Amino acid sequence: MLAMILKRLLVAIPSLIGVVIITFLLTRALPGDPAAYFAGPAATQEAIAQVRAKLGLDQPLPTQFMRYAADLARGDLGTSLTTGQPVATEIRNRLPASAELTLLGLIISVLIAVPLGILAATRPGSLVDHACRVLTTAGVSLPVFFTGLILVYVFYYLLGFAPAPLGRLDVFFSAPEAITGFYLLDSLIARDLETFRAALAQLLLPALTLAIFSLAPIARMTRASMLAVLASDFVRTARANGLTPFTVVVTYAFRNAMLPVVTTLGMVFSFLLGANVLVEKVFAWPGIGSYAVEALIASDFAPVQGFVLTMAALYVALNLVIDILYGLIDPRVRIEA
Amino acid sequence: MTPLTFRRDEPAARTSGLLAVVKHGRYVIGENPVTGFAFALFVVIVFAAVFGPYVVPYDPLASDTAAALKGPSAAHWFGTDQLGRDVFSRVVVATRLDFVIALASVALVFAMGGLAGVAAGFFGGWTDRIVGRLADTIMAFPLFVLAMGIVAALGNTVQNIVIATAIVNFPLYARIARSEANIRRDAGFVMAARLSGNGEFRILLAHILPNIMPIMIVQMSLTMGYAILNAAGLSFIGLGVRPPTAEWGIMVAEGAAFMVSGEWWIAFFPGLALMVAVFCFNLLGDGLRDIVDPQRRT
Repeated sequence: MLAMILKRLLVAIPSLIGVVIITFLLTRALPGDPAAYFAGPAATQEAIAQVRAKLGLDQPLPTQFMRYAADLARGDLGTSLTTGQPVATEIRNRLPASAELTLLGLIISVLIAVPLGILAATRPGSLVDHACRVLTTAGVSLPVFFTGLILVYVFYYLLGFAPAPLGRLDVFFSAPEAITGFYLLDSLIARDLETFRAALAQLLLPALTLAIFSLAPIARMTRASMLAVLASDFVRTARANGLTPFTVVVTYAFRNAMLPVVTTLGMVFSFLLGANVLVEKVFAWPGIGSYAVEALIASDFAPVQGFVLTMAALYVALNLVIDILYGLIDPRVRIEA
Repeated sequence: MTPLTFRRDEPAARTSGLLAVVKHGRYVIGENPVTGFAFALFVVIVFAAVFGPYVVPYDPLASDTAAALKGPSAAHWFGTDQLGRDVFSRVVVATRLDFVIALASVALVFAMGGLAGVAAGFFGGWTDRIVGRLADTIMAFPLFVLAMGIVAALGNTVQNIVIATAIVNFPLYARIARSEANIRRDAGFVMAARLSGNGEFRILLAHILPNIMPIMIVQMSLTMGYAILNAAGLSFIGLGVRPPTAEWGIMVAEGAAFMVSGEWWIAFFPGLALMVAVFCFNLLGDGLRDIVDPQRRT
């Protein structure tokens, strides 16, 4: 198992190098001259040339790339032009907000989609099956920012259940002491149920938006994969041996049907990381997505670059976790590796 | 099933194959009214894209502050926005821009990814390795995030939204084209073409490419919906299309602030249009796949 993880880590390295190269090229393709920007509007040609030399922008591209890679290795993602803060610090501060939102969205989505897919597969042609089909087709067509706005309108404006879509916590509450950075966990650790309830209230609508968005591919894949497994010989044998339908479906069939579902989870996560940006904008969520959007609008490129890099690194890491999960679910994968 | 002849690549069988496809298409639409419905919807969308600006009741850019923020009524079917512009006219006029963005990006990715993939599958070796690596690297990014980065880097224009959407779809097209070309590289008709003295590039473009077109067209229809969503998402966060241009994503963004104060129609109708368009392309893509590849029907 350990050997497999190490091997998989080695395979992840080329992807990471590719990611770094592309992010580097993206910044170098930027319109405008950063040297002129730093030197200020009143700078002379000489001053601009000086700044350019100081920033290393007069070096050939490969040298610039080595400098960039060396900075990265030290965890330096540059400095934001608008806030003056180091990008790495800001991303570290904002990442828990995005992670809490994305993970809760994914958990809600799996909790609904997997049972729905299994029910649809065990009762083909039933009402559940049709509901599943409608949901999956409609789900992929919904723009995630639109779902979010509809939820806000219904649950905040019409029904008044949800708080105003403005950030992680209502202004009357103060943030719990940061231990994990996740407000839900931190408030529980601090035994502060009031804050927990307030944080959950803020989190529920955006998480639900993400869940609706990611429901469709998971339910669809669970259904298809369960259908295939339920039609196989070993399930027939298990049934013939008189096992209860529950044991057959959950213990025998589901474990075997899980591999494609886990693969889909990886893809869904990629979508979620993108959708996160849109949802954060709708709910004024102070995560890294809204950080990137603010920077984009101000043409501040260091944060954008840091954001793209962080997202890509997260995604590569996630794919690694998924491969390890494969090994846990299916021992055959371990042996082949 | 007869339509399978379509996938067997004898050029001689193509005309009868086409006939079979038309027949099968009529059968599929008869069997599955949803595909017929999607096709009708598609006709409406194309009509709005072509004739939209000539048939709408109001100028999509003309503001009328006296009639600002009015709900749907007989005069303004979809209500008016904060500047008194008619939402219905704006939604209809926006169809052209959204449709053109999606169409252009799909055409572009077909040209880039499709050709690269076909070459990779046909030639193998280094071509294959380079295209594969490129696709893998793009796949290492969350796609929407990469599109954001590309638009930020290339500059904030509609043209760059098209390019970014095309680039993030590149791996998908390259992979499909690669595997389809790969199974055909040693097919009988390719051997025959080679024996009669055709050059490799000619075989690639004149013999392999036409044979994988049906599958690519299905893919194009399926990615149209994604391309529209992607472009609308980018303009929702302020990239690409700029106000006061009528575009669905930006109209939803403009109406977002009014959702909390109850003026739902400003964001709702452009969002609905977006949803219907994407829904239509997804259904149409599924329907087309049933025609081209009946075995993969779900």
